Amino acid sequence: MTLSFAIWTPILFGLIILFYGSEKSSAGIRWLTLIGAVISFIATLPLVINFDIANAGMQFVEKVSWIPRYDINYYLGIDGISVWFIVLTAFVNVIVVIAAWEVIQTKVSQYMASFMILSGLMIGVFASLDALLFYVFFEATLIPMYIIIGVWGGHNRIYAAFKFFLYTLLGSLLTLIAMLYLYNVTNSFDILVWQNARLDIVEQILLFFAFFMAFAVKVPMWPLHTWLPDVHVEAPTGGSVVLAAIMLKLGAYGFLRFSLPIAPDASQYLGPFIIFLSLVAVIYVGAVALVQKDMKKLVAYSSVAHMGFVTLGFFLFSPLGIEGGIVQMISHGFVAGAMFLAIGVLYDRMHTRQIADYGGVVHRMPAFTAFAVLMAMANCGLPATSGFVGEFMVILAAVDYDFVIGILASTALILGAAYSLWMVKRVFFGTINNAHVEGLKDLNAREYFLMAVLSVCVIGMGVYPKPFTDIIHPAVINLLQHVAVSKL
Amino acid sequence: MQAFDLYAILPELVLLIATCLLLVASVFVPERVTATPGVEQDIFHTPRGVGFVYFFSIILLAYLIFAFMGRMGDPALVAMNGLFQSDPFSNLLKACSCGAVLVSLIYSKQYLTDRALFRPDFIVLALLALLGQFVLISGANLLTLYLGLELMALPTYALVAMRHNSEKSVEAGIKYFVLGALASGFLLYGMSMLYGVTGSLDLIEIFKIVADPRVNHLVMAFGLVFIVAGLAFKLGVAPFHMWVPDVYQGAPTAVTLMIAAAPKLAAFALLFRLLINTLLPLLGDWQPMLVLLAVLSLVVGNVTAIAQTNIKRMLAYSAIAQMGFVLLGMLSVFDEHAFSASLFYIITYVLTTLGTFGLLMALSRKGYDCETLDGLKGLNKKHPWFAFIGLVMMFSLAGIPPTVGFAAKLGVLEALMDAGHTFLAIIAVMASLIGAFYYLRVVKVMYFDEPDHELTVSGSGAVKGILSLNCILVLALGMVPAGLMSLCLDAMRRTLLGS
Repeated sequence: MTLSFAIWTPILFGLIILFYGSEKSSAGIRWLTLIGAVISFIATLPLVINFDIANAGMQFVEKVSWIPRYDINYYLGIDGISVWFIVLTAFVNVIVVIAAWEVIQTKVSQYMASFMILSGLMIGVFASLDALLFYVFFEATLIPMYIIIGVWGGHNRIYAAFKFFLYTLLGSLLTLIAMLYLYNVTNSFDILVWQNARLDIVEQILLFFAFFMAFAVKVPMWPLHTWLPDVHVEAPTGGSVVLAAIMLKLGAYGFLRFSLPIAPDASQYLGPFIIFLSLVAVIYVGAVALVQKDMKKLVAYSSVAHMGFVTLGFFLFSPLGIEGGIVQMISHGFVAGAMFLAIGVLYDRMHTRQIADYGGVVHRMPAFTAFAVLMAMANCGLPATSGFVGEFMVILAAVDYDFVIGILASTALILGAAYSLWMVKRVFFGTINNAHVEGLKDLNAREYFLMAVLSVCVIGMGVYPKPFTDIIHPAVINLLQHVAVSKL
Repeated sequence: MQAFDLYAILPELVLLIATCLLLVASVFVPERVTATPGVEQDIFHTPRGVGFVYFFSIILLAYLIFAFMGRMGDPALVAMNGLFQSDPFSNLLKACSCGAVLVSLIYSKQYLTDRALFRPDFIVLALLALLGQFVLISGANLLTLYLGLELMALPTYALVAMRHNSEKSVEAGIKYFVLGALASGFLLYGMSMLYGVTGSLDLIEIFKIVADPRVNHLVMAFGLVFIVAGLAFKLGVAPFHMWVPDVYQGAPTAVTLMIAAAPKLAAFALLFRLLINTLLPLLGDWQPMLVLLAVLSLVVGNVTAIAQTNIKRMLAYSAIAQMGFVLLGMLSVFDEHAFSASLFYIITYVLTTLGTFGLLMALSRKGYDCETLDGLKGLNKKHPWFAFIGLVMMFSLAGIPPTVGFAAKLGVLEALMDAGHTFLAIIAVMASLIGAFYYLRVVKVMYFDEPDHELTVSGSGAVKGILSLNCILVLALGMVPAGLMSLCLDAMRRTLLGS
């Protein structure tokens, strides 16, 4: 029941907020949402506390028949790969709720409810062991996100909302066909059954590409990443945070849960191709980030580059690579979330995201600058921040796999440093050229709290990543053993 | 006539007698509410007794729903010397079409009253059309089928042209009548060829003879083409869809709902009776035709809908595309699972259609028809709950989980994959992707745009309650579709075993 509780608590709160909500009592709604978000977060903690590290299989399993006609079950369970993402999702949800406190003034109840429901749905994606249940959660997340972008987004929000919805729908519909194909082969929607199904190489390659369409769009991998910068720029701060911190991970998680174990031979066969795409994301998209004039766009491209690292790690087929990828995903959740929050802090005061409009912010917002510089450092992978751990693991694995790939991957550190620090320099340091910057006020208590919490996470994970890797390790070994066995 | 004959047709008899009595009785019941001044009065149809007729029909329809539900467990039986059959399939569909007409009537009341159309003849015509649907659904003989079809169609022609002072309404009525008559002609011509070859009008007899390899295949295939064309007209699938947008748009919204909801169930029954129950041995001939019709409908419906700014017209093209999906379910091997997927699809589609048009009527008021996209602008700002209902309906039509539209599309796609039509399944999902655009646009208008005109929700508490229930049902059936799915499957299985 622990998993169901984690999924349905935020959704239930979301529904209550939606129907209780009236414009007059915004304060009440905010507090109710915060209570709901905190309870939902606490509800996910037993998953980590009671997690059995020795057990590499599925834990907290729940299985109830849902649609007997197609043998579809309400089948939940987590292993070391998924457990941290559930906690991360609930955690980010609390952050987002607090971040929206004064910023969102219109339709507060709908905004809060959307995020609560979205959070529950995303936990559902990570917890599903039935492919159709996974698909339902995966698709259902589109609805609240579409509303979030379209209602509270920026100037060009409608374009962004449509692009987000249709782009992701395109990918997932092909995945649905792949799922139905697997159902016809195995007569089951159980992911664990699929992982043991025998498939010939042509089937595997076709299935791999069908799944690839959904997950690569979501990650997003080059060249399917074009929706992300547009959506990030238009989404409200909370939407950007959730998108970068959690939603992108749904795609990467899909690779681990579906593509690798179900089509292992195709994954091995197409591995170099995916590695190539990932390296392009790391190097080319990293270079694109360098020339961005809009801060949000810059961080969006940087997200694509970082997620390139994740997929690179996955397709090296070594424990270090996959674990590094997963650690990188968690770390990116904190870092990208924090960077979008930081941009939100500036945007709320200045109503511009253009780098050129800033300069010398440090003179007016010293505390904020300290946090922002820390996050920028984490973004470029400074040791002792969480950004370093994952990237270092992936680079080690890459060097082990092929020296040239290792070299190319490590250019990410240089590029990351280049675009992050150059942005920091232009935004925070130098002299004040803009009269509006002159009037900036430093962080208020709420913003201070958010940045401080995220900083603790980033440094904590950077200094002592053992709790994360300990839980992840057995599941990854299990996965790799599975992938090593040919299914031909 | 034997006793069980009477039992088999009892609900139909009740409906027929009650409808005739209502028509007569309404004249003698004085109306308590006096006609509002300024509203044009029709000397032939003064709204006498409309309240009485309305409430009586509500009770009648509710009774019929329970009657058919109660018969769901009955085995298949053929009555009236093989003219009429009552099987689980027909009972399920009849219960659903009763429900659809009942809900349509409740949704329409305020809308019709505001337009001085809420008259006994409207209700009586709707009930007669329902009777036609019953006969059609239960037809066991080509003649009964044709009779039912005409009984269903004729009152509908009159309903479409009911707003006789509106050019568009009359134009739609004539268009519907002419094209509908043409379709009936096609169907009848095809039936006559079948009769010519087989020498029988009885569906079971024809089934036996058609399976015989000695029968003249060419003539039968020729007849089949006409039958399929006629069916395509009635279902409103491309390329026989021309009437659908014009009629949907031209008719008063209440009548559009009467055409868009319950008759789809009957048309599906006709398709099932003719192609599966009767002409199954000609599978190899009609399946390629259905493939063509389905793919064309999916493409034409979804692509053309993008260009529409009138919601009723958009929903018409959407209906064309949805019917394409229903046809896809019939393309399987002979499999009750696949047919039940189509049955589930059509029932849930009707449920969603009811909610969509119900919402449009609730947003209309005296002197204003909510039927353009702009009419929904900023609905979320004024009436968030109704915007939410609209959102659920649109996502259900687009087939996004957790709404029932997804469960329905899942079933049909599974049936397609099961039959090995992977390519068709890919076409179907790509068409859905295109379709998602215009459904999303409706949501966009309701949620993202600012209101620029007055938005009021008319309709009584009952309408609002049932509309809300409709919305919750679309969501709940999407999350827990197992019950209705097994009901459809069970009905389909026992019907196929019986025949």
